[in-house]
Amino acid sequence: MKILVTVKRIPDPDEALKFTGGGLDYSSHKRVPNAFDEYAVETALRLAEKVGTKDRQAEVIVLSICPAGQRQHVTQFLAMGADRGVVVDVDEDTLDTIAVSKAIAAVYKKEGADLLIAGKLSQDNEGNQVAQRVAGLLGTPQACFAAQLSWDQAGKSLTVSREVDDGVETKKVPLPAVVSVDLRIVLPKSVQNGATSPDHAYQEGPRLASLRGITMAKRKKVATYSLADLGLDAGSSEQEVAVAAPPARAAGQIVGSVDELVEKLTKEAKVL
Amino acid sequence: MSKVLVVLETTADGLRSQSLPGVTCGQEIAAKTGGELHLLVLGANAGTHAQAVAAAGYGAAAVHTIDAAALDPFTAEAWADAIVHAVKTLGATHVGGTATSSLRDALPRAAALLDAPLVAEVVEVKAGDTFSRPVSAGRALLDLKVSGGVILFTARGTEFEAPAAGSAVSVSAIAAPALDTRGAQVLSIEKTASARPALTEARVIVSGGRGMGSGDNFVHLEKLTDLLGGALGASRAATDAGMVPADLQIGQTGKVVAPDLYIAVAISGAIQHLAGMKSSKVIVAINKDEEAPIFQIADYGLVAKWEDTIPRLSELVAAHTSA
Repeated sequence: MKILVTVKRIPDPDEALKFTGGGLDYSSHKRVPNAFDEYAVETALRLAEKVGTKDRQAEVIVLSICPAGQRQHVTQFLAMGADRGVVVDVDEDTLDTIAVSKAIAAVYKKEGADLLIAGKLSQDNEGNQVAQRVAGLLGTPQACFAAQLSWDQAGKSLTVSREVDDGVETKKVPLPAVVSVDLRIVLPKSVQNGATSPDHAYQEGPRLASLRGITMAKRKKVATYSLADLGLDAGSSEQEVAVAAPPARAAGQIVGSVDELVEKLTKEAKVL
Repeated sequence: MSKVLVVLETTADGLRSQSLPGVTCGQEIAAKTGGELHLLVLGANAGTHAQAVAAAGYGAAAVHTIDAAALDPFTAEAWADAIVHAVKTLGATHVGGTATSSLRDALPRAAALLDAPLVAEVVEVKAGDTFSRPVSAGRALLDLKVSGGVILFTARGTEFEAPAAGSAVSVSAIAAPALDTRGAQVLSIEKTASARPALTEARVIVSGGRGMGSGDNFVHLEKLTDLLGGALGASRAATDAGMVPADLQIGQTGKVVAPDLYIAVAISGAIQHLAGMKSSKVIVAINKDEEAPIFQIADYGLVAKWEDTIPRLSELVAAHTSA
């Protein structure tokens, strides 16, 4: 089985935003991997490995759209344990969402992958639409906002618990399929691959790269494609007209006691 | 002329109230483009539910239905097929709805099938092709202009009021197209059982953070919540620590809420939490750390431990509500 995982680099979400004449200036921001993509890679690795052995049930390929010279995040994911990388060499900020989705679908087909795992959204743009779009383009089923995942290798299917508005939905999808993951996919027993013992408890969260992993990463293969190689262009369906800080809330007040708080909520704010 | 199609969701009892803000967003797009609003009800029993929708009208020109067993339970696969079919049949220029978990799942898939742009989590309609949406955990508002034969949108439920009912309109059925779930099967839906209102609909929310110390301590917040007739929420730190179930989480990765009153207890106010609650009308913060970022957006702040304040607050609220 081949698992393709999409990964994106984003401006460090812990740094303050810099607003400049109708836009955002990210030039001085450090670029870091999108957290949900770290969860996606962790999910793929848990599906692939048989804990306690060196056996792998799947090959894990990380895919990123970024300038080829700025793929440090891809190397980081290879150090975490992914087997190899694919880079679509273009400044990702110049692509519209349609083009991003088509590029991912094109690489998926080129690789003959059986499963795409994506983070449910990127923390910068928060579009929450690429995985769903890719599933539509590929004509595969989709299981979005996954909190738990169980792989039935014999049945060639995944059973996925999805976080929906009023509870949890369990959906079974035959492979090939597209999955987008939510943060609870990295809880200790969220991913079951039918090979690792179901009692095995992973450390919570995405794993850190080991020293050996970091050394190995340099030797792992990363294929590079241009948009033209994939028969695509950057698309022009989206135009950022302006970016501004949201209106600030009026300054609040510190109250001295619970009694004063209730008095204010009753008489001033009139919400009690 | 534009034709704005809004997709509605139903439950066994009728229209899902969460669908209504999407109708208001659709009304605004129709108004800004001088076009018509159309409503679309999908499901196994769409015809029946559509009657109630048509009676309320909501300023729409017509209510359309696609009635098919394959649409129930919801799957993104079958719903996307149905939405694409409705768009093509009606010649819609826009299609969208409230950003519920279902439409966030199905509409991007439909957008790909239509080779069209989608603007997610719209908070304001600037023009028929230009929409404001929050980015970077709500720290910035992006005005995005899109072009395409069809424009798709999801509207953030907290930012649009429910629409006023209008005059009754007619219902017309669209013959169901071939619907393909691509082998996907919904095995179960476990609804969170709670006597309290849903977080996204509650007028009052009491929310606890890691500072509550343990899940057992949330009983104090539950008492206050029930006295206020509100819903209980939590920060990611509290849900990650397993103090309360994950579906109580409010924030960038949880639910986005905007109640009349939000009481944040022992929550520091991480950016990703603020992203989910800062549109609340009145925010109260109770935290023992006076440097906690939550105080920067609070209307009323009380620097104190929850242990020293919540019992008294419950007492006063009880006295107030019984008075």
